[in-house]
Amino acid sequence: MSEKVLMKGNEALAEAAIAAGCRHYLGYPITPQTEVAAYMAKRMPKIGGTFLQAESEIAAINMVIGVSSAGKRAMTSSSSPGIALKSEGLSYLAGCDLPALVVNVQRGGPGLGGIQPSQSDYFLATRAGGHGDFHMIVLAPATVQEMADFAIKGFELADKYRMVTMILADGVLGQMMEPVSLDFGEIKQFDKPWAAVGTNGGRRHNIVNSLCLEPTQLEQWNIDRYKRYEQVMANEQRAEEYMTDDADVICVAYGATARVTKNAIAMARAKGIKAGLIRPITLWPFPKKIVGAAAKKAKAFVSVEMSMGQMIEDVELSIRCSRPVLLCNRSGGMIPTPEEVLAKIEEASKMGGAD
Amino acid sequence: MANTVFQKPHALCDVPLHYCPGCTHGIIHRLVAEAIDALGIEGRTVGVASVGCSVFTYNYFECDMVQAAHGRAPAVATGLKRAEPNNIIFTYQGDGDLAAIGTAETVHSAARGENITIIFVNNAIYGMTGGQMAPTTLPGQVTQTTPYGRDPQYAGLPVKICEMLSQVDGATYLERVAVDSVAHINQAKRAIEKAFRNQVEGKGFSLVEVLSTCPTNWGKEPAAAMEWLRENMIPYYPLGVYKDKYADEKGGSK
Repeated sequence: MSEKVLMKGNEALAEAAIAAGCRHYLGYPITPQTEVAAYMAKRMPKIGGTFLQAESEIAAINMVIGVSSAGKRAMTSSSSPGIALKSEGLSYLAGCDLPALVVNVQRGGPGLGGIQPSQSDYFLATRAGGHGDFHMIVLAPATVQEMADFAIKGFELADKYRMVTMILADGVLGQMMEPVSLDFGEIKQFDKPWAAVGTNGGRRHNIVNSLCLEPTQLEQWNIDRYKRYEQVMANEQRAEEYMTDDADVICVAYGATARVTKNAIAMARAKGIKAGLIRPITLWPFPKKIVGAAAKKAKAFVSVEMSMGQMIEDVELSIRCSRPVLLCNRSGGMIPTPEEVLAKIEEASKMGGAD
Repeated sequence: MANTVFQKPHALCDVPLHYCPGCTHGIIHRLVAEAIDALGIEGRTVGVASVGCSVFTYNYFECDMVQAAHGRAPAVATGLKRAEPNNIIFTYQGDGDLAAIGTAETVHSAARGENITIIFVNNAIYGMTGGQMAPTTLPGQVTQTTPYGRDPQYAGLPVKICEMLSQVDGATYLERVAVDSVAHINQAKRAIEKAFRNQVEGKGFSLVEVLSTCPTNWGKEPAAAMEWLRENMIPYYPLGVYKDKYADEKGGSK
């Protein structure tokens, strides 16, 4: 077993990105993700990498586009209002089939909102990262170890499918410290024959482009891209199941709220209520197969979120509304307490839902 | 067999250009390609196409190309250059792209002294979208969105990019040229080649502003458009070198 070090989530993520071979971090300051930038500013010059503080979030994501166009692993991180500004670039990355790692350490919104933890960018990440038909792979860490591991996994998935991977974290995971192993084993690398790195006189020019004025062709590009998305949906759905085998009530929670929910489940079990947790690790693709299968046994679901209710729609879709789904939520930077989650579990346990 | 005395530059693709009759993009494309040929850098050059009439430059240059979002070409170029510092990176941008929506990217890539080359085509109008007011539209100029002429009291005054960037310490080389006459085209050729050579020599941020025409959206015959450029644009946007850091340091004349 490898040695563990005590690190903040944001720093563990940054160090893992470096281990993944990322040598280009382009960012802009915003709370609560600033440690990622600060860490990269310290580390990159020492390893021959590039840390660049851009003039805006928009410039930063477009610098990511430039680095990725050259076939290099590129990364940016931000927090909710900054991610919204990056939407244009996220859409261009998708339209150009460019890989990149984008980290969103979410804070409360809308507008300037607050700086406390939130999960209210679920829709932004899974539904509407920008204009046009596209998806991003969205990973939701719940521990500092996963903040690190998903940086590795995120680059790998991004390169494999030529997509953006977004790590959807929150202020809790970014700021808290836990022991973490930085031994990631072999790092997978991918050939990028499409990269704009100079023809060297040896081939026709590569063009990295999202423009297509011929509608039949643009439609075909979209169809081809969605075939790739179907592969992602088939192969990459991931979730952690916790005490679901005999559960009557299944909570669905990701990230920091999943940690709170585990406490609530222990409290419910002590009261004789069979509760369990499905913790989505991929938010897109949403683990529909796992959540859908759970509906065959469970009587009711509780979606636990730090938002006004966003992921709950995916829970309902996954089970085709065949069971009641309650919402246990706080927003604006508030975190649900185990007692609040327990109260919803108790309410759900009294609901029907039997066939 | 006859000697070839004139031919297409190698860096220019052998394809029809989509530009309107009389448009000067063709001339400027050729000057860029000639510079790439002259410096022997085609194999390690990557161009960045911007949004506007010149978006299809990615089909017109033999080097690798990336198409950027509106105004973002200097940021994309920054990424390309930081990823592969030995590559030669240029952007080709119009006035709406560079001087309106991309102002921040323009100013800050200059401030950082990014070792890139920017070809800035100023024809005082948005061409691709059908002739709206640009940041460089002249006072009184009629466009689709200034149908009674640009009223400075209402729509403000034009942005003079070379003058503005000359105050940015990080910029290395700024020159404004025009392509309305043979003499001016020859000067434009020298400036564009210099802007690329600066990058090859690691000298930093170079921008050449090229005063250009848009006969279609100006509603003029090509020759009349050239005349309009001479009589209206050049007086407002004087030609010349606005900054040449290395020449200035040597005490050279402007």
